[in-house]
Amino acid sequence: MIEIKNIIKSFGTKEILKDVSFTFEKGKTNLVIGQSGSGKTVLLKCLLGLHEPQSGSIVYDGVNIVGKSNKNLKALRQQIGMVFQGGALFDSMNVEQNVLFPLEMFSKMSKEEMLQRVNFCLKRVNLENVNHLFPSEISGGMKKRVAIARAIVLNPKYLLCDEPNSGLDPYTAILIDNLLQEITHEYVMTTVINTHDMNSVMEIGEKILFIKEGKNVWDGTKSDIITSDNQHLQDFVFSSELFKTIKKINR
Amino acid sequence: MGLIASFGKYLIFIADVFRKPERRSVMYKLVIKEIYELGFKSLLFVVFVSLFVGAVVTLQTAANMQGSWMPRYLIGFATRDAILLEFSPTIISLLLAGKIGSNIASSLGTMRVTEQIDALEVMGINPVTYLVRPKIFALMFFNPLLICLSMFGGVIGGWMAGTMTGECTSAEFITGIQYDFIPFKAVYAIIKTILFAFIIASVSSFHGFYTEGGALEVGRSSTRAVVFSSVFIIVSNYILTQLLLN
Repeated sequence: MIEIKNIIKSFGTKEILKDVSFTFEKGKTNLVIGQSGSGKTVLLKCLLGLHEPQSGSIVYDGVNIVGKSNKNLKALRQQIGMVFQGGALFDSMNVEQNVLFPLEMFSKMSKEEMLQRVNFCLKRVNLENVNHLFPSEISGGMKKRVAIARAIVLNPKYLLCDEPNSGLDPYTAILIDNLLQEITHEYVMTTVINTHDMNSVMEIGEKILFIKEGKNVWDGTKSDIITSDNQHLQDFVFSSELFKTIKKINR
Repeated sequence: MGLIASFGKYLIFIADVFRKPERRSVMYKLVIKEIYELGFKSLLFVVFVSLFVGAVVTLQTAANMQGSWMPRYLIGFATRDAILLEFSPTIISLLLAGKIGSNIASSLGTMRVTEQIDALEVMGINPVTYLVRPKIFALMFFNPLLICLSMFGGVIGGWMAGTMTGECTSAEFITGIQYDFIPFKAVYAIIKTILFAFIIASVSSFHGFYTEGGALEVGRSSTRAVVFSSVFIIVSNYILTQLLLN
């Protein structure tokens, strides 16, 4: 579980996050939604300790990370798996080496055990026979899946994803969403996903935080969205004709 | 950012380079890889340039000595000193600042803008130690070898040009390169080379590592890396010469 309380983050005079509080629950896919520029990525980088908030607390199962140095965050970071928006796979390494990398750096397994684990994780994300391909040789969807495999290879307690299905076709996007949800349930992880994709929200939104201009204006589940009378949320979620129609049908 | 603030940031960056690495065995492999990528792949370029510059230095010295009373073996002597003292350690280092410096800055800059450096940090790996330290160690180890090879290539180029054009005989050239040889001059050249290797690797890495933005900024970082490395090399060349030779 990750609890954030009264997070304020500014860059210069511009306040990006304005007193954001929320609890990301264990074993659930927690979604952070909002328009581009609403502060989702900044919030995620605060969770990772890449940005230091001006005030507030970020508590990982009882441990507040605000104010901790990189050295002190090291142990916690090994329990966090991160899927970046573009995958952030290392260009100089092939798929196998990318997934193997965290194991080589932190595990005490033998080389054979490491390779078994890598193959297991790649199989888990439905990737086989791609071990020796380089990131430039695989599709966007495959890159995301390799990134997920790399993120789960050390059995993390927390999985953080920044727009994992952006730039993907609807079919692949749903595959990625479902994969993330399955993994979350299977390994009972605390998963936080940044997205502005409404299909993802309605598909896997077990707990949702809606941010607008740096403030949390609504939270709930995917079923609460339909019945919510929060105008900001309604304007954001039901901006497309398709979702307006779905809403009408549901009501 | 002010110059002093940038310099302070650079010093903190350098301090990070010398922090304990996560895995020593991984570090050795990375140093070997960087020796191959940054050093070994520059070998042909360095030898090629040195051969021709050595030849040109010989021909120019010979042209300047036309009709003078000076003995012809001085062509070899002048070529040796020009190559040993300045051309190989300084000019080749400047060329390497262009070749290797832009390579380092653009590769680190690309890693920064594609979040690969953030990925390392999130995994709990110090990206400076992991990415920059092997480059600095590799260049400081391999560049002196490259420069020795350049010296050798330059003298061979000079000898070939001198003898093939008939400006001096092979015996005169060899007498010249042995004449009044002070071994400390070679030590001075190696000291310069090691310092220049450190400058190329660290300054270029610094500019690449702190790239912000996209492809355009990666290009700018690459340019800044080459310019700053070259300026630092030129200035430190003067200071070292003053300290070591005077």
